[in-house]
Amino acid sequence: MEWNFDPFSNNSFNHYGNNPINASHSAGGIIQRTQSPKVWGGTTLGVVYQDGVMLAADTLGSWGQLARYRKEERLYPVGNFTAIAYAGDMSDFQYTKHMLDSLMIKEYYINDDHVLSTPHVYEYLSRVMYHRRTKMDPLWNTFIVGGYNNGERFLGYVDLLGTTYQSSAISTGLGAYYAQPILRKAVEGREGLLTEAEAIELLNSCMRVLFYRDCKVINSIQRAKVTAAGVEITEPYSVSSEWGFGEGVRGFGSQKQ
Amino acid sequence: MKSITPPSNNKGLYIGVLFRNQYDNDICTWSPQGRIHQIEYALEAVKQGSAAVGLRSKTHAILLVLKRSSGDLSSYQKKIIKIDDHIGIAIAGLTSDARVLSNFMRTQAMRSKMLFNRPLPVYRIVSAIGDKAQTNTQHYGGRPYGVGLLIVGYDEKGPHLYEFAPSGNFFEYYAMSIGARSQSAKTYLEKHYESFADATLDELVRHGLHALRDTLQQDKEIDTQNCSVGVVGEDQKFETIEGDRLQRYLDLLDGGDTGQGGETVESMDTE
Repeated sequence: MEWNFDPFSNNSFNHYGNNPINASHSAGGIIQRTQSPKVWGGTTLGVVYQDGVMLAADTLGSWGQLARYRKEERLYPVGNFTAIAYAGDMSDFQYTKHMLDSLMIKEYYINDDHVLSTPHVYEYLSRVMYHRRTKMDPLWNTFIVGGYNNGERFLGYVDLLGTTYQSSAISTGLGAYYAQPILRKAVEGREGLLTEAEAIELLNSCMRVLFYRDCKVINSIQRAKVTAAGVEITEPYSVSSEWGFGEGVRGFGSQKQ
Repeated sequence: MKSITPPSNNKGLYIGVLFRNQYDNDICTWSPQGRIHQIEYALEAVKQGSAAVGLRSKTHAILLVLKRSSGDLSSYQKKIIKIDDHIGIAIAGLTSDARVLSNFMRTQAMRSKMLFNRPLPVYRIVSAIGDKAQTNTQHYGGRPYGVGLLIVGYDEKGPHLYEFAPSGNFFEYYAMSIGARSQSAKTYLEKHYESFADATLDELVRHGLHALRDTLQQDKEIDTQNCSVGVVGEDQKFETIEGDRLQRYLDLLDGGDTGQGGETVESMDTE
């Protein structure tokens, strides 16, 4: 160790330096934690209906403008009567899935017949999201949490800032602009009247609009319904679409002017 | 005349005078009979405290306690502690240990509210202090808690009553009593517990007060000063009833003194 160290010299490393640029993480130096999302899931929809709640999402994980993963399931059950849908970063969602699975397993093994119902899962998720944004290291997701417990329907929103709200119709991504008005018009005030068939038709027609308008939505979608019977998630399916009008549109497809 | 010879080895005598028992010096030592004396002493500390009674119906769980004061100039020591809107405890034994435990229980209850927006299930809070108390019986240099608790609560599964002991043991009960002369209360409860399930709140309190009255010394009677009642139930947050508000319930009591005489255990620092 050199004891005749010259603090004004540039020649050697300063062992006693307190400049935060040189300091390691554990010494409290500057660290860059804020992330940017890589593989991205887009629009999700959620509505309340007669028998419970229904969620919908397409199965696309985008990598920038590239439609990178075309069969990515974006709906996930948590316990027996809760389902979540995510938009945003895929890896952060995988982390969240793991976290919630661990939580449910831990609860199960307490073995006292107490189960985390949807509002409890929702509260937990929102606490985690707010905690992570406070660490300047957010989970880059927007979640819709839906569930049905003891005759109560639940539909809630939570995002990467920890912002929460509950409503009978929720959508994320561009769906918040294209689909939200359609959902509200169909659902609000009719929560107890909307039948399952009507809810399916409503979500299908919203996904069709999004497929037409949002270039990061593909025509492969899934629905989750949560009722007294539990969570049911459909296989990916397509909705009908009509592109015949393109024939008369200048610049459509590969045709020359 | 025969002379009395002193013991050739007076070391044995010395030990016999200094220690009552060779195997009760710390929490880590088993006696050859398979007992850990320090734990049993802690269980005795619970019996030094004045009595607490708990019972439950299909809709409510209640606590009743007998409070002590150290003299005419002093106030009565509080024996019922609210943990959360849906949980309360009654204590018998070292008050200061009870405060440590109740503080911990409040923290756990708040944690559950904060994290899950869920009132903590009663079983979980009781098993949490059970684990905590057991740890204290396993490490050299420590001591067990010197307090017993009755815990009442109302959660998704209805009303509950638990007894917690310094050994870390806990059980759920229809009705239970702890503390000084609590056997008399237990006898009353064992005789009547089958009628508790369908009892109204008033009937439940009346039964509780009768049980509590049986723990009194011959010349004493329960009044609005030396008694407290804790109530929790369906659509009813935990609440302590004492002072003038208790008179309504004392008026429900049968006349006559059912208390039996007997030895009394008095201690300054246990309640």
